[in-house]
Amino acid sequence: MPKTVALTGNSACAQAMRQINPDVVAAYPITPQTTIVEEFSTFVAKGLVDTEYVTVESEHSAMSACVGASAAGSRVMTTTSSQGLALMWEVLYIASALRLPIVMHNVNRTLSGPINIHCDHQDSMGARDSGWIQIFCEDAQEAYDTTIQAIRIAEDNRVRLPVMICFDGFIISHAIDRLDLLDDEVVKKFVGDFEPLISLLDTEKPVTVGPFDGLYGYFFEFRRAQELATLGSLPVIAEVGKEFGEVSGRHYGLFEPYKLEDAELAVVVMGSTAGTAKFVVDQLRENGVAAGVLKIRSYRPFPAREIAEALSGVKAIAAMDRSLAPGAIGAPVFQEIRSALYDNSARVPVIDYIYGLGGRDVPPAHIEKVFSHLAQIAKSGKIDQVVNYLGLKE
Amino acid sequence: MSWDIKSIKKWKVADHPVGSTIPVGGNALEYKTGGWRSEQPHWLEDRCTHCMICWIFCPDSSIQVKDGKMLGIDYDHCKGCGICATECPKDAIHMEEEEK
Amino acid sequence: MERLTEIRWHGRGGQGAVTAAKLVAETALKQDKYFQASPEYGPERMGAPIQAFTRISSQPISIHCAVTNPNIVVVLDKTLLSVVNVTEGLDPDGALVINTDMTPAEVRSSFSIEGHRIFTVDANKIAVESIGKAIPNTPMLGALLKATGIMDIDKVAEHIRDSFGKKFSREIIDGNVAALTRAYREVRSE
Repeated sequence: MPKTVALTGNSACAQAMRQINPDVVAAYPITPQTTIVEEFSTFVAKGLVDTEYVTVESEHSAMSACVGASAAGSRVMTTTSSQGLALMWEVLYIASALRLPIVMHNVNRTLSGPINIHCDHQDSMGARDSGWIQIFCEDAQEAYDTTIQAIRIAEDNRVRLPVMICFDGFIISHAIDRLDLLDDEVVKKFVGDFEPLISLLDTEKPVTVGPFDGLYGYFFEFRRAQELATLGSLPVIAEVGKEFGEVSGRHYGLFEPYKLEDAELAVVVMGSTAGTAKFVVDQLRENGVAAGVLKIRSYRPFPAREIAEALSGVKAIAAMDRSLAPGAIGAPVFQEIRSALYDNSARVPVIDYIYGLGGRDVPPAHIEKVFSHLAQIAKSGKIDQVVNYLGLKE
Repeated sequence: MSWDIKSIKKWKVADHPVGSTIPVGGNALEYKTGGWRSEQPHWLEDRCTHCMICWIFCPDSSIQVKDGKMLGIDYDHCKGCGICATECPKDAIHMEEEEK
Repeated sequence: MERLTEIRWHGRGGQGAVTAAKLVAETALKQDKYFQASPEYGPERMGAPIQAFTRISSQPISIHCAVTNPNIVVVLDKTLLSVVNVTEGLDPDGALVINTDMTPAEVRSSFSIEGHRIFTVDANKIAVESIGKAIPNTPMLGALLKATGIMDIDKVAEHIRDSFGKKFSREIIDGNVAALTRAYREVRSE
């Protein structure tokens, strides 16, 4: 029987890791991720898992150890955040190029400076082109559920790519929330046994991994093959989300439309703010405003065609970005959304709202402001300001 | 998939094995590095005591040996570094200019 | 009960505001309610003013932000009254539950508080006498339950016995439960 519990987002993810029972975990603690590894290491110490827990001296070493362990044929997990993810950066590209199905939590926190340990999505954005699948989660339940699904997505033979599970630091990682845990046996069955494609330890079948392309000129073709695998993971993410729904009653897709069917005004958002946006939409609906939310779940790969279709009926859209892309036209989610909509026959006005940097709180009133701006644009058909900042003192 | 290094230059996107792997062992043999030489080692068999010091030191496994006896030098892979000639205690290997 | 009850806790690092917020959330689970408990993280130091938030609802809670318009404010340390604006955003009919030896009327006049329903309890004294340490969180929880009726005190006591059982001695658990029930009885209203 599923168990309803009161856990922080981090504890929920540690429980998922316990149930998955990976062969190797190599991780380095960093706020606000620390309690995941702290709790998981107690599971190791108590013998509740069979995991080889590798203590390392940095995140660079953590990801390097994960790469080695995964290439050796193990099921590997790790977790990180912010500066830690930044320190892993060069090794992230190796993990994805070698098509190693490593699963990692990235508890979203901004990058300093000035020093700030609070939530935004700048850290994940730095790794968005690293070839990792990136799935953003709204709450502790989704972070737990996605951890279990990520194993299946990463290890699917059509994919074989590392997966990054992103959820909001402190807001989700440290808040105690109500959620349902699956039975250990159900998770064990759902994730199944890991069957590595290669193993460096298999002396019967020797392999070389990631050899130097100095003279042959195959790198470009190889990288394109890798990109195709990333794009090819879209149906797998959807399939696994559906199958997980059959097991748990909680269904997941590439994105979540909320009251979008008849919406005229739509906000596109990732992470915990999606929940607050839904709350605001419920209130606006009570007042007769046709508002809706599109919550992006799979950010990499980006389901552009599906999202463009889901937004085809609305009159004005605000993409919400919890990160900055200094010098670009708006921030990443906006760029992605506006680009995805370019091929639609009708030109729907899209604006960007940059919000919540460094943990700046996003109360419902801020999102109401976004919707009233959208109402204005829908009415006039004109965009007064493309890039906007929410809750900024200016 | 079968691995044939000779055709890799022609490989298209779909031909690559998953994860940038070479799925067979021992294929370094197929990669001939002999063309890198500017000097060539010459083995003087009558001075050789088959002590195997050159075999130990050769970084490219290019000293050909069978049953504890040196047979000669693998010029397909020898890069002409001269370590064998330097280490040989009997002066049985001499470096000479590569004849192109 | 209202659809969504929002509580803001004011304390100082080390007074157990986070534990109290957590206890309320965990007890809510036993009553099949939905909840969120989140500390406001900052540079935490022993003695520094901190806040924590609890939301309780009979419906799933999707909102993820700080509690800015609480229905209930709990102040674990009376010295915070002159440091922090504890009534900020508090519902005009909302409850203000304060750990102090003053009466509600004395608090109202000393700090010029208008509106709200004020409740006071000397949680430090109760904590020292029941637990042996001036950690006011469990007595303040008792006062909160009496002042607001958000949950059944027996359920909370039961939860303290269950959850503290793994970490603390019998004596400490009994002390906490005694502090909870005594504060429940002794809380003063206007």
